[in-house]
Amino acid sequence: MGNVVERQKNILDFTLSSLLRRRRKNLALALVYTLVVFLLASVMFFAYAIKKEASLLLQNAPEMTVQRILAGRHSPIPISYIERIRDIPGVSSVKGRLWGYYYDPVVGANYTLILPETEPPEKGTIRIGAGVARARSLLVGDTLEFRTFRGEIMELEVREVLSPESEIVSSDLILISAEDFLALFGGSHELSTDLAVRVRNARELPTIALKVAERLPDTRVILREEILRTYDAIFNWRGGILIIILAGAVLAFIILSWDKASGLSPEERREIGILKATGWETSDVLLMKFWEGLVVSLSSFLTGILLAYFHIFFTGSGLFAPVLKGWAVLLPEFKLIPYLDPAQIAALFFLTVVPYSVATIIPAWRAAIVDPDSVMR
Amino acid sequence: MIIELQEARKVFHQGKPNEFVALHGINLWIEACRVTVIKGPSGSGKTTLLSLIGCMSRPTSGRIRILDREISSLPERFLTEVRRETFGFIFQHFNLIHGITALENVMLPAYPSGEKYASLKKRALDLLDHFGVLPKAQAKVEKLSGGEAQRVTIARALINDPFVIVADEPTAYLDRRLAEEFIETMGRLKAGRKTILIASHDPIVWDSPIVDRVYLLRDGRLEDPVK
Repeated sequence: MGNVVERQKNILDFTLSSLLRRRRKNLALALVYTLVVFLLASVMFFAYAIKKEASLLLQNAPEMTVQRILAGRHSPIPISYIERIRDIPGVSSVKGRLWGYYYDPVVGANYTLILPETEPPEKGTIRIGAGVARARSLLVGDTLEFRTFRGEIMELEVREVLSPESEIVSSDLILISAEDFLALFGGSHELSTDLAVRVRNARELPTIALKVAERLPDTRVILREEILRTYDAIFNWRGGILIIILAGAVLAFIILSWDKASGLSPEERREIGILKATGWETSDVLLMKFWEGLVVSLSSFLTGILLAYFHIFFTGSGLFAPVLKGWAVLLPEFKLIPYLDPAQIAALFFLTVVPYSVATIIPAWRAAIVDPDSVMR
Repeated sequence: MIIELQEARKVFHQGKPNEFVALHGINLWIEACRVTVIKGPSGSGKTTLLSLIGCMSRPTSGRIRILDREISSLPERFLTEVRRETFGFIFQHFNLIHGITALENVMLPAYPSGEKYASLKKRALDLLDHFGVLPKAQAKVEKLSGGEAQRVTIARALINDPFVIVADEPTAYLDRRLAEEFIETMGRLKAGRKTILIASHDPIVWDSPIVDRVYLLRDGRLEDPVK
């Protein structure tokens, strides 16, 4: 056993000094390798963490939203519908919600205005997202001007800037009172934007949705699960687009690594001949080449993963956030909470480390099975 | 008797239009603790004969026995083991690995044996010291002079403490002084009970008093010993 370990150590020792001898070639290879792993891992980390974050945020959203449809479009829903939904067995609560979008021509951005379910702001005041505060250089106590649906100017005082913890959804948010919302957009106390429905048992959701649709044929029901699926699809799609763009880089890497790793130089062939002539077995040569491939690929893989982790979770994904985060004008500045999917890391490992190791072993095997007397000629 | 060849024949590209018979039915007996020289012109088959004896290739037909063991039909793995334990090689072009130190080059053949690194290093340093190249232990081999490289090669050949030293044209690239130094070293190894087999067409080698037997190889055929 001791012999086996010593043999591995001795061969690994020679492998490392071999790698150092071809420093330039191996460094170039490791650099490109690290870059490819970094880019792929960044996309994967980002897409996974953002989907995870979106799903966590939606956990507190109502299981079901009911919207009124007029001529195929979303229109305000009468408050009277609340009672007709509340009667359905299994429904625990129904609340009317007020929300809408406001275009601010000063900065060319869209804000999302919402009347919060609990603790609404006092009349004449608002709570704003960090993105809005940044865009308009607002501090607590400042006022923000709006133009109402009548064309009048309405000034609202900023009482609070929302915590940047989950800025991806709160960046462009303005929390407003019901009175100010109606004064800004029009409408009446008899109408809501939509209805938030909570149920006692999630398994009954499809049945309740069906009953809502039967009772109120001019509405449509949106389930939280559907929103989650939409988020997944959007971020998967964006991640996919980036991966397709990166595919070129990956392909170039495969060609480069195949060429560098698989093409043994005459010098390397001669060395393998010397090793065999002086008493190395074919398996010893293969072990050396295996270590060589593993050292290059594993160190590049780990460096790439660490750099990607740092890039996504500490530097706000600077390189490709504009593609992945979306089309909002107020790009949120936020830090994603690190969520890693072990299956994805394993997939990346098998797609990079394993092919590289194989690419180095095959030519070494071809050279290693040559009769050692070739070195004498 | 340490090495015995019976009707050993080596054919390259057998069955093809470029078939070439390098050795024709060689019969040879090499005694232990003696210096044997195979002489002959270039292309006479000296290197092929050494590679058969050194377990680097197999004969096309015939038998080879080393230390009373038939090796002609051994699988590669066992052949390598016999090669590592029985032979130390000194090649015509030194065949040292560039970019690593003289010390590492000497240690290299013993790496797969699984010997502890520290004890292996000590043995290698002792050998370098024995041949007067200890100060060059940490030097890259491409920085060594011809004589130093030759001595490092001899140290490498001895690292596995082999029974037989096989040298192929060892003086081909050495001047007279270094060639004589090489013969002197071989004399010391013979005195240390090593069996030595040299292929050479250099008279400094086969005229040397340390040589016990000289065979002439011509066109792949071995003639009676001339000494």
